[in-house]
Amino acid sequence: MRQVVMENIPESYLKYTQRKVFIICLLILLTVLLGVYAINAGSAELSPAQVLLTLLGKAEGRLNIIIWNIRLPRVLAAVTAGVGLSVAGCVMQNLLRNPLASPFTLGISQGAAFGAAVAIIALGAGSTHSTSADAVIINNPYLVTISAFVGAMATTLVVLFLAQVRGVTPEAMVLAGVALGSLFSAATIILQFFASDVQVASIVFWTFGDIGRASWRDLEIMAALTFAALLYFMANRWNYNALDGGEETAKGLGVDVERIRLTGMFAASLVTAVTVSFLGIIGFIGLVGPHMMRRVLGGDHRFLIPASSVMGGLLLLASDTLARTVVSPVVLPVGAITSFMGAPLFLYLLSRGYGKR
Amino acid sequence: MILSVDGVEFSYSSRTVLRDIKFEVNRGEFFAILGNNGAGKSTLLKCLNRILKPETGTILIEKEDLFALSPREVARRLGYVAQRYESARFTVFDAVLLGRKPHIKWGTTARDLEIVRNVLSILGLEEFSLRYLDELSGGELQKVVIARALAQEPRVLLLDEPTSNLDLKNQFEVLTIVKKAARERNIAVVVVMHDLNLALRFADKFLLLKNRTVFACGGMEIMTPENIAGVYGVRVAVERLADIPVVVPL
Repeated sequence: MRQVVMENIPESYLKYTQRKVFIICLLILLTVLLGVYAINAGSAELSPAQVLLTLLGKAEGRLNIIIWNIRLPRVLAAVTAGVGLSVAGCVMQNLLRNPLASPFTLGISQGAAFGAAVAIIALGAGSTHSTSADAVIINNPYLVTISAFVGAMATTLVVLFLAQVRGVTPEAMVLAGVALGSLFSAATIILQFFASDVQVASIVFWTFGDIGRASWRDLEIMAALTFAALLYFMANRWNYNALDGGEETAKGLGVDVERIRLTGMFAASLVTAVTVSFLGIIGFIGLVGPHMMRRVLGGDHRFLIPASSVMGGLLLLASDTLARTVVSPVVLPVGAITSFMGAPLFLYLLSRGYGKR
Repeated sequence: MILSVDGVEFSYSSRTVLRDIKFEVNRGEFFAILGNNGAGKSTLLKCLNRILKPETGTILIEKEDLFALSPREVARRLGYVAQRYESARFTVFDAVLLGRKPHIKWGTTARDLEIVRNVLSILGLEEFSLRYLDELSGGELQKVVIARALAQEPRVLLLDEPTSNLDLKNQFEVLTIVKKAARERNIAVVVVMHDLNLALRFADKFLLLKNRTVFACGGMEIMTPENIAGVYGVRVAVERLADIPVVVPL
């Protein structure tokens, strides 16, 4: 009997890994189905058949515009941003040895918000228009995006500088991120205090996060960068696994921990910064996506990285679709919805504990 | 000779931790590093696989200069088990498979899986193979990390206090397995130890560290009451009990 068990170990292990692949495939399928539904759903009545015809390029003008210019980029942007934020959170949590590491706790989002506020107030990029579709229109979206990106990357570079030059530990990096985050929040509040009502409204609106802001061009930049980062993370999956056993264990396995940490943090921050700059602040995906998959699939980054990515994309797409449809035609801030949906799910998973599989 | 250390010095910023360390380890040998808390035992072990970089000195592994090798090449030759191991959400099989990392290019091969299966059976961990690490006892976890280091197929195995959290049965089990692995695989095992009686029972050779340098190095002949008293500052007797050497503080 014992012999039989021994003989079967690689087989049962392979079965166990196949189960993980199956779950990832299932999530991808779910995302695709939800994507089709999301293209359908909305204030303009569309049928799945019409959607299909349009995507094949066989539909009349009005449908073409709705689907190609509004719905499709929105769906793709939601998936791309979700993938980026979630995988960035996954890698940050590993590299900093801290389950709380995410764009929020590292001050990246706050840095971006401050950058956007500077653009709107000091550089005069914002004003408001009341339209039925959108409460606020920002005059010069590119100025805001670039400024937000600079703010986000500034935070990242300070944290990485502390790590590289001053030899700060991963724990201290998280604390430095928290400190920078509150510094930028304070700076944003001071800016808002001296701003006009209209400018304050623009900043608040910007920080809400809105998937609909993404144009095809934005989407291309986001997707290219997210894809490149994903490849880089996957190439390092064994290094991240080694790091999960502790820093010394990883070094004993031939991992250049400092280099992996620095480049990985830079890549993760870059993806986050780009996403946040284009779409505004979308919280919680970077935390809930990876942790959910850690619970379900375990900590093996060979599977955790793709699974977290897909889960992030699915979560953000689901949140955005809900945000668009729940009190249609009003579009709720997607950042609030992600937390609204994610937090209870997360709490439920936490309450189930680590002990059970 | 498989490992040769000569003139190794190491300091944390300005504080010297090791100076003029010199010793040699042969194939199949169980080599114990002994000394007081803070004598530099763990630091020495970490210098041996370049987790820490000594300022001067040479370390040769199978006549190759350790400092000329890449981290990956070092990891193929030296397995290391840290004093503390973080138990992440990995199955036992995954954790041991991680030991194949220095050999893996992109994906795992059938040979990797076979090596893991073999190591799991050597350590009696087959029935745990799909259990998560955070569901294991301390003894089981210690066996897993040793299994991981063996799966690395190292020429030299470095263990930092492998028995410190184990009960009597597990202490003996783990050290017996390690000693057997050294013999059968013809590799060297270098172990930092606190328990003198375990060291006397299992080790073939001893290195006594005191005041950041080598106090004595050699076989059973150096484990005299005088040397032990000199290193630990405690008067002891070395007796034989049921033909097993034991150290008794007086």
